[in-house]
Amino acid sequence: MEIPTQLIPLEDTPGEFVINVGPQHPSTHGVLHLRIKLDGEQILDIEPHLGYIHRGIEKISESLQYKQSIYLTSRMDYLSAHMNNQACSLLIEKGLQIEVPERAKTIRLLMIELQRLASHQLWWGSAGLDMGAVSPFFFAFREREQILEIFEETCGTRLTMNYITPGGVMNDLHPTFVKAVKDLIKQFKVNIHEYDKLLTGNIIFQKRTQDVGVLSKELAISLGCTGPVARASGVTCDVRKLHPYDGYEKLDFKEIIMHKGDSYTRYLVRIAEMKQSMHIIDQLIDNIPEGDYRAKIKGIIRLPEGEYYQRVETARGELGVYVVSNGNKTPYRMKYRTPNFSNLGALQYIAKGSKIGDLVAIMATLDLIIPDIDR
Amino acid sequence: MSKEELKAYLELTFPTCKIEETIDFPVLIVEKEQLFATAFQLKETPATQFDFLFCQTAVDYTTRFEVVYHLTSTTYRHDLVLKVRFDDRDHAEVESVYNIWKAAELYENEIFDLFGIRFLNHPNLRRIMLGNDWPGYPLRKDYTDENILIP
Amino acid sequence: MISMIGFKEITVWIDQTLNGMLSPGLALTSELLIIGLSMIMLVVLMAVAMIYMERKVAGFMQLRLGPMRVGLWGSMQAFADVLKLLLKECLTPNGADKMLFSLAPFIVLVVSFLALAPFSFAPGLQLWDLNIGVLYVSAVSSIGVIGILMAGWSSNNKYSLLGAMRSGAQIVSYELSAGLSIIAIVIMCGSLSIHDIILSQADGWWIFKGHLPAMFAFVVFVIASTAELNRAPFDLAEAEQELTAGFHTEYSGMQFAMFFLAEYTNMFIVSMIGATVFLGGWMPFHIYGFEDFNNIMGYIPSFVWFFGKTFFILFLIMWFRWTFPRMRIDQLLKLEWKYLLPLSIINIVVAAFITIMGWHF
Repeated sequence: MEIPTQLIPLEDTPGEFVINVGPQHPSTHGVLHLRIKLDGEQILDIEPHLGYIHRGIEKISESLQYKQSIYLTSRMDYLSAHMNNQACSLLIEKGLQIEVPERAKTIRLLMIELQRLASHQLWWGSAGLDMGAVSPFFFAFREREQILEIFEETCGTRLTMNYITPGGVMNDLHPTFVKAVKDLIKQFKVNIHEYDKLLTGNIIFQKRTQDVGVLSKELAISLGCTGPVARASGVTCDVRKLHPYDGYEKLDFKEIIMHKGDSYTRYLVRIAEMKQSMHIIDQLIDNIPEGDYRAKIKGIIRLPEGEYYQRVETARGELGVYVVSNGNKTPYRMKYRTPNFSNLGALQYIAKGSKIGDLVAIMATLDLIIPDIDR
Repeated sequence: MSKEELKAYLELTFPTCKIEETIDFPVLIVEKEQLFATAFQLKETPATQFDFLFCQTAVDYTTRFEVVYHLTSTTYRHDLVLKVRFDDRDHAEVESVYNIWKAAELYENEIFDLFGIRFLNHPNLRRIMLGNDWPGYPLRKDYTDENILIP
Repeated sequence: MISMIGFKEITVWIDQTLNGMLSPGLALTSELLIIGLSMIMLVVLMAVAMIYMERKVAGFMQLRLGPMRVGLWGSMQAFADVLKLLLKECLTPNGADKMLFSLAPFIVLVVSFLALAPFSFAPGLQLWDLNIGVLYVSAVSSIGVIGILMAGWSSNNKYSLLGAMRSGAQIVSYELSAGLSIIAIVIMCGSLSIHDIILSQADGWWIFKGHLPAMFAFVVFVIASTAELNRAPFDLAEAEQELTAGFHTEYSGMQFAMFFLAEYTNMFIVSMIGATVFLGGWMPFHIYGFEDFNNIMGYIPSFVWFFGKTFFILFLIMWFRWTFPRMRIDQLLKLEWKYLLPLSIINIVVAAFITIMGWHF
C-alpha cells in the first residue's frame, strides 16, 4: 500500500492556498519545513516535514563506544550542549555504579545553569527579532557573549563543549572562573530589568502574544510536552525537582508553573527561569568544594546487560537517553527522547485557526531547535 | 506507588503478562492483540493513571521486534515500561495508541520511517524524516548501505 | 538680525540678473532649472545624511558602533551603498507587466519630489507659496499609493501582491488621521498656506500655544506618519520575518534604489510638515512677552532652526523603529479605525471650540 509523504496536496484547491514555510527561512529556527494550508490569513492545517538535518545519530551510536557517542550528543540541541553530555554521563555512571566527587557535581551544576542562561538569552533575542524588534537581539548577545567566553576559558570551546564526561568533568576550573561568573551575575541582575522593560512591558509585544496559541493542560499532557511549554500550561514536569540528580536536591529554587498556556505565559516562564538560574548560581559559586574533578573510570566502558534510562532537564524540556546494552563496548540501541520532538507535536494543534502573524509568535515562544528534532 | 508496589499491582491485574524490571522501571510485556486494551486500562484506572507517554521507540532484536513505551503518571509520579514483542519482520503491524496519547503521532511516524513497523488506525502515517523513495529502513539491524562511514 | 536677512535678497538678485541677461522666457527656464537642480541636490544630500544617521542611530541603540570603515567614522558609507546599487543589474521577472514594472518606481519618486514644492526652509526661501500648501502636500503624497500597488501587481509574485495590498490598505487608512491632525492646527491658525502658518508662530510654536489639542494632534501625527511610511512598528508589508517580502521584492539595482530614495524623501517630507505645522518651521523659539529672550534666540540662523526641528522628528521616527516589535495587520487597522480616527475627529471639534472661544495663547 502506497503511503504518501504528505497529505496536503501540491496544487491549490479552490478556496485554499498552500504555502511552504522553510526549510530556508529568514527568521530561521533551523531547517524546518512546514506545509501550511491557508484560507486567506487563517491557518487550516499544518504538516511538518523533518529530516533536513537528520544525521542518523542513533544509528551511528550503535557503532561507537559510549565515550565516543557523547561527542555526538552536543550536536543535538546545541544550545543545551552541557545538559546533553550530562544525560549520557549520568547514564553511564548509573550503569557502572560510579560515585562522582562533590567538586565535579558542583562544577557540573554551575556549567548547566550558565548554559541554561545562555540558551534562554538567545531565545529571548530571537523572540524579539521574530516579532520585529531588532534591538533585543543585540542586548541578548551582550550577556551570552560573556557566558561563552567563560566557557571558552574552562571548557575550551564555545558551543559544543564536551566538558561533562562520565566520572566528572574533563578539566578543572580556570582560575578566573569564579570572579568572571560573579561579575556576570551582578551585571545580569541589573540588565534583566532592562529586558523586562524593553520587551515584556511593551504593549505591542503583549498584544501579539497574549491569547495566541493557547495550549491547554490536558493537551500538553497528552502530547507529551515538557519544559517551559508544558509548565506554562500548568503541568509540573521539572526533572530537577521530580528526579533530582547531581546535587539539585540540596539547592533552593522554585519551579515556575503558570496556568494560562498562551504565548505570553511561555515567555514569562522562561524569563522567570532565568532569574531562578541566577539564584542557583549564587548559591553555588561561593561554595565549590575542594577535591577531585573526575573519578577514575576505565578506558573502554562496557555497561552491564540490560536497559537504562536517564533524564535531565535541558533548557527546553526533558531529555531522555534510553540505552539497551548487551554487554559489548558499543550499545545495542541508543535512543534519545528529545524535548523538541514532542513540543513540535504541539505546534499542529495550537496553530490551527490562528493567523500567519500568530504562527511566528507561536514558533518564537515554542523555542524549537530543529537538530534536536531530527537527530 | 513505588516500584515494588507497582510490580505487585501489575502482577495482580495482568496475570497473563510477563513482568520484569530494569534498574529504573518495572516492565510489562503484553501480546500484540492486547496492547490497546492494556494501554487504555493503564491510562484510565484511577489507581495508576498513566497519562503521559514520554518515550516510544522500537528495538530490533534480529529475530524479533520490540516496541517500547515509557509511561508516567502526572498525578502519582510513578513510571512504567510497556513492551510489545512480535516476530513478523516483513509485515510488521501494531495497533497505534494515538487515540490514548496524542504524543504517539510523531513517535509512530518516526518508528514507521526508520523501522518499517506499520501502525493501524494512525491518523497520518507517513515517512516523516527520510523521503518517500528511501530504500529500506535504516535502523533495522539488517540494513545495508553502500556508503558505510563507520564499519 | 542674521536670521532675517539673506535669502530673500539673494533670490531677488538672481531673478534680476537673469532677467537682465536673457529674454524673459529663457530666464524663466533657467530659473526653473536652477530650482530643480537645487531641489535634487537638497534631496540627495538629505538622503545621504539620513542613511548615515539611520545606521548610526541603529548602531548606538544596539550597543554597537555602526559603520566605521568607509571614510571617517563611516561617513562615506552612503556613497558606497549608492555605488553598489548603481552597478547592480536591474532584473525584470519573467511574467511581469514590463511597462508597469518599470513605471512604478518613477511614480513613487516623482510624487515624493512634487510634495517638496510648498515648503519654506528659511524666510524668503520658499519654492512656491501656495495658498493651500498643506492641502497640496497631503493630496500629492496620496498618489504614491498608486505606485506601490503598481509595483506589487506587476511583479507577478503572490507575495508581492499580498504585501502591496496590505501596504495600500495601511497607507490609505492612516492618511486620514495624519490629515486630520494637521487640520487641528490649521483651524487654530486660520490658513492653509505654509507661509502664514509659520508667521503665526512668531510668538510661540503651535504645539505650546495650542496646548491640549495641539499636543494630541502632534502625537497622532507622528504615529500616523510612521504608518504612512511603512516603517516599524507598522512595517508588516515588508517584514522579512513573515512570509510576504513586500512590494519591492522583485526590484534590484537602480529601481530598488528609487524606492529606497522615495522612502527617505517621504520621511523627510513628513518631518518637514511636522516641523512646520507643529514646531514653528524656521521660527526660533519665542516666548510671548520675553523680548530679550526672543532677540537672543534670533541669533541662531533660521535654517538651522528648521533643519534642527526636522532632524528631531526624523530621530523620533528612527527611534521607534529600533524599539518596538511590529504589529499584526488586523491590530494595525484596528488602531486606526477604532482609536485614532474617532479621537482625531473629537480633537478637531475641541480645537475648533478652543479657537472660537479664544482659549489658545
